[in-house]
Amino acid sequence: MAAMAQKADRGRPGEHGHAARGGTPRPRVGVVKLASCDGCQLTILDLEDHLLELSEHFEIVDFPEASSARSNGPYDVLFVEGSVSTPDHLRRIGELRKQARVLVTIGACATSGGIQALRNWADHDAYRAAVYPTPEYVESLARSTPISEHVSVDFELRGCPISPEQLIELLTALVTGRRPQLRDEAVCMECKRRGIVCVMSAQGIACLGQVTQTGCGAICPRMGRGCYGCFGPREQANAAGLARWFQASGERSAEEVGQLFAGFTAYAEPFRSAITDLGGTRGARRSGGGGFIAAGGTGAGRASYLAGTRRMEGIDDDGR
Amino acid sequence: MTAAESAAREKVYEVDELTRVEGEGSLVLQVRKGKVVEARLKIFEAPRYFEQLVVERTPDEVIDIVARICGICPVAYQMSAVHAFEDCFGVKVDPEVRALRRLLYCGEWIESHALHIYLLHLPDFLGYESAIALAQDDRPAVERGLRMKKVGNEILAILGGRPIHPVSVRVGGFSRAPRRSELEPLRAPLAQALEDAKETVRLVAGLAAPAFEREPRMVALHHPKEYPYNHGHIQSTDGLDLRPSDWDRAFREVQVEGTMALHARTKDGGTYLLGPASRIVLDAEQLHPVAREALAATGMVDAIRTNIYWSILARAVELIHAIAEAIDLIDSYRPPIEARVAWGPRPGVAAWATEAPRGLLFHRYEVDERGRVAHAQIVPPTSQNQGAIEDDLREFAPSVLDLPDDEATLRLEQLIRSYDPCISCATHFLDVRILRD
Repeated sequence: MAAMAQKADRGRPGEHGHAARGGTPRPRVGVVKLASCDGCQLTILDLEDHLLELSEHFEIVDFPEASSARSNGPYDVLFVEGSVSTPDHLRRIGELRKQARVLVTIGACATSGGIQALRNWADHDAYRAAVYPTPEYVESLARSTPISEHVSVDFELRGCPISPEQLIELLTALVTGRRPQLRDEAVCMECKRRGIVCVMSAQGIACLGQVTQTGCGAICPRMGRGCYGCFGPREQANAAGLARWFQASGERSAEEVGQLFAGFTAYAEPFRSAITDLGGTRGARRSGGGGFIAAGGTGAGRASYLAGTRRMEGIDDDGR
Repeated sequence: MTAAESAAREKVYEVDELTRVEGEGSLVLQVRKGKVVEARLKIFEAPRYFEQLVVERTPDEVIDIVARICGICPVAYQMSAVHAFEDCFGVKVDPEVRALRRLLYCGEWIESHALHIYLLHLPDFLGYESAIALAQDDRPAVERGLRMKKVGNEILAILGGRPIHPVSVRVGGFSRAPRRSELEPLRAPLAQALEDAKETVRLVAGLAAPAFEREPRMVALHHPKEYPYNHGHIQSTDGLDLRPSDWDRAFREVQVEGTMALHARTKDGGTYLLGPASRIVLDAEQLHPVAREALAATGMVDAIRTNIYWSILARAVELIHAIAEAIDLIDSYRPPIEARVAWGPRPGVAAWATEAPRGLLFHRYEVDERGRVAHAQIVPPTSQNQGAIEDDLREFAPSVLDLPDDEATLRLEQLIRSYDPCISCATHFLDVRILRD
């Protein structure tokens, strides 16, 4: 990530950490969440072999999923899971940023808006009404957005969920004060390194591996299916090109190609534009009824979104 | 009594943010003249609209999406969904696929139960704020919990690619089934885990639980030949017997007055209890012999039925079961002839219930003629347990009113944690109080 590289040496943690039992200052760490499934913070607890060791290097001052001890900061390092999804999140994220020397966003929700960002293409009121009998009680924003849309972020860990290896790499880098080594390259590279036969060329399975950042260990191709993009787009990913290729290969409608990108990192560019150009998300169409108003987004985006919808409908008509 | 005295006797306990639960919630308990006038567990997870996110998606996409309701029990969401679709489409999977899905669920139960017992609940009983604090005094105990949790995660990773949000579950089977040799490395850690789980049962059976007695209506799947994961009938301690697709014949979701919360109730408005305690009571005969023996040695089946604090023991017994069954499944495993059978969609209602670590999880999808979801209903265990939690709080709270507030609050929190509430699975039971003059 560009953000990561640029800010790698900002705010070395630990300078103001409390003294540990041994007298060495330990960085004060917090782990908090916004809209999410808790899976990324669970990855911290899943560091089974390293968990207790971790607590020797860091003072965990706030981690409500794991401890009754609470703190409102300040934090040397703050891990934030989840997307900004309610008015309260908007308020909290600003406050959390002030309390954190180093702010790390963890997972697809925090870094891209998450699966719940599929509503960003929908009429929010219709969405609420479809799920809740009295939607006026529900406090939520029209769009689910990544944290970096609201405050500056020092490091990002991608993935749905994050990778334990990348988490350890980041923690190690924070302790030693060096830059974390996190690869920005396609899942395809991981397949080549591991000698996994390409599922797309060998079996014709749609795979987002070439436009998706690695970090997962290419688990989907390894398990015999196509990558569904949960680590989000890699830098300079040509999503539009891949979408055109999927369409040209003739087996999928524009709508179906759009759905390939409409997953856990749908709202990250360039996946977002690819989806918009291909007609938005299916659930959004259904709940939005006839008036497909893309909540938020730029005017240009909305125009192409509507154009995409028309184009898609045209293909459907021809197909029948 | 003067107004001032009366006011002094009115107390409000508030736990602003419950800790050591998955997700975010809070508790408000209003006490007037020694009586609990209101007990409410509030969920303030942000709504994520899952039932709408899956509309117009294909069954396999739905399996990937609903996993994200809960990072602690994604397999449960995948299992309820995949069985619902296969039941609707008339898909018959290979018997080894059926066994592999049990093994996958064993992995999730081991991971989730070990997490809950050692990292979330045990600190309450022993007076620590967290397992990390507990480890400073009893590191071997915490390491025992982490060892078991790790082997659960390893099962998930071998079968599904990764422990959280595994990727291999597909309608018709798995995208890939493991070779026998891939399961071999699990044997030694599972053998160790079985000893660890037996030790866990001994440890938790010796804990001191607060005195409490209430016999709730208990509901769980029941299968004559196996401890329930993916199959069996929905049964209850008061005689219910339904196909797993027919949850909505006996239960319904109701909106809690003045709030957004959707809780589940029986059709006649009653509350009920799901999860390990209910399964132990309804399915004890089907426990693995090793688990049954360990349970019998504690002599505490009645305590499990009547005191929710002992759910920690029920969970520990199930930990033995899941580990012992995982060993058996690996011993008898032969790779399926077809990891995934071909299938075609049929329009109709796809509904099924399976046993998530924290209780019965019901999914219902209306599927159109193209095989896409037109409407979805997801009823997580925590929204079904919430009525029973509040009943327990009302019943239990008077016994702690004389304690200092800190201690009373801790006991109440411990009670809530007994249910292992997974609040992030609050697909739609957000609870917002509307205050009016």
